[in-house]
Amino acid sequence: MDVANSIDPFIYRLAIFVLAIFVGYYVVWSVTAALHTPLMSVTNAISSVIIVGALIAAGPVDMSFSKILGIVAIGLAAVNIFGGFLVTQRMLAMYKKKQ
Amino acid sequence: MSANLTALAYLIASVLFIMALRGLSSPESSRSGNVYGMIGMAIALVTTVINPNVVSYEWILGALVVGGAIGTLIARRIAMTDMPQLVAAFHSLVGLAAVLVAAAAFYNPAAYGIAGADGLLKLASRIEMGIGVVIGAVTFSGSIIAFGKLQGVVTGNPITFTGQHALNAALGAVIVLLVVLFAIGPDPQWFWAMTAIAFILGFLLIIPIGGADMPVIVSMLNSYSGWAAAGIGFTLENTALIITGALVGSSGAILSYIMCKAMNRSFISVLLGGFGGDTAVSATRSDKPVKAGSAEDAAFIMKNASSVIIVPGYGMAVAQAQHSVREMGDMLKGHGVKVTYAIHPVAGRMPGHMNVLLAEANVSYDEVFELDEINSDFSNTDVAFVIGANDVTNPAAHEPNSPIAGMPILDVERARTCLFVKRSLSPGYAGIDNELFYADNTMMLFADAKKMVEDIVKAL
Repeated sequence: MDVANSIDPFIYRLAIFVLAIFVGYYVVWSVTAALHTPLMSVTNAISSVIIVGALIAAGPVDMSFSKILGIVAIGLAAVNIFGGFLVTQRMLAMYKKKQ
Repeated sequence: MSANLTALAYLIASVLFIMALRGLSSPESSRSGNVYGMIGMAIALVTTVINPNVVSYEWILGALVVGGAIGTLIARRIAMTDMPQLVAAFHSLVGLAAVLVAAAAFYNPAAYGIAGADGLLKLASRIEMGIGVVIGAVTFSGSIIAFGKLQGVVTGNPITFTGQHALNAALGAVIVLLVVLFAIGPDPQWFWAMTAIAFILGFLLIIPIGGADMPVIVSMLNSYSGWAAAGIGFTLENTALIITGALVGSSGAILSYIMCKAMNRSFISVLLGGFGGDTAVSATRSDKPVKAGSAEDAAFIMKNASSVIIVPGYGMAVAQAQHSVREMGDMLKGHGVKVTYAIHPVAGRMPGHMNVLLAEANVSYDEVFELDEINSDFSNTDVAFVIGANDVTNPAAHEPNSPIAGMPILDVERARTCLFVKRSLSPGYAGIDNELFYADNTMMLFADAKKMVEDIVKAL
């Protein structure tokens, strides 16, 4: 394929991004208002998937500035992942219906 | 693991995240939804760790254990009334992590496979990184201030000064310029300059915002943390990050919209700030007579009612009165009274704040209703019991010149009797008097919310 006809991978990523915004839009509108606080804590937890970027930075054997930044970022994101999911779980366990 | 398999694993993780959000459409499905989210995160983590570029595990494990232990401890210990602060603090961590990851990628682009032929970051990645790091930095410092205001470390009153908006606009322009300079030549000085100025902008953006506008701000910062993650996802060419960032970004944006609509204010006017502190100053206090009652009076009125709607607000959270309120509700039910709860979208300091507190106090969620669902019921209800709420019930919202004009309110004045638990006649954050306090069918119960409800319980 010649260069002029190939699609830049950026365009694919942009397409994924735009479609994911739409998915988010419709999914979040269907969230019941009573669960808006757990929604915030769980989005907090999942946005910490940024940890994947930190893991790659911390991956090499040799110590470097980049590796130090990665290690600190792993620690911060881990606080969020564990804290976010567990506090969400704690909240959701409280929503009960009594008969 | 090949790049294709890695990408597929990230796709599965993203789908699980979507299912985690989808689960929140009802309390029954929410618990399994949260488990899907955890599985998705585990898949993303494992997939990345077994990547051939990740070869040294000691520090990774150490950081995961330390961070995980701190997170677990916080999640177990935190009081439900402190959820708004906790969420703000978590947002700041996402923002800071985004900045650190961007910096790591900037200093070692080869590790991410995003270096150009010259070993430096590619042009497109530089633009994406610039945007991601700026949003991340604003999220970080903005969330710190939001945390401080919610925790009471920083004053909840708006901090304003002349030229504030002009200064913010100028800083915004400088940031744009620095992003452009960084894209042209990826010099560390541009990277750190744009990050530093974005930190400052984050502080300045949030200091003029009053405590009661925090539901909008916390939602907005939630949204920003998503966009920052997406920006970094573009830089690192990582689809899991792009998808998750987009989900979180739109989630926060929708919540901000819902909160603004519930106050009938535009997002811009909230963002410009200067509106509403914890203690409002310029109130035109009416000197009309007020009917004040005791706990015994309130108990008598409610015991003899056939229906009571309880309207909780931030004051209930501050007084930690939710358990006593539930106890009161149970006793009233024992007297054959129909008890329901009415929640205004901006009651409290974050979206859904009151619902969590009532759930914590063991109130069945099918007794808790949102504004639209319950507002028409006030006209055939005997007692509206307002505890720690004020502006969200203020009929001044129906008057075109009021600062809260057009704000949807809970029509508590339509109930046969209105009981207001309040410390004093002080106005709410909008700084306006509530004429309901002086209405014939209103009885004021002056006391700390928790103390008053406990006394009512004793009298029942």
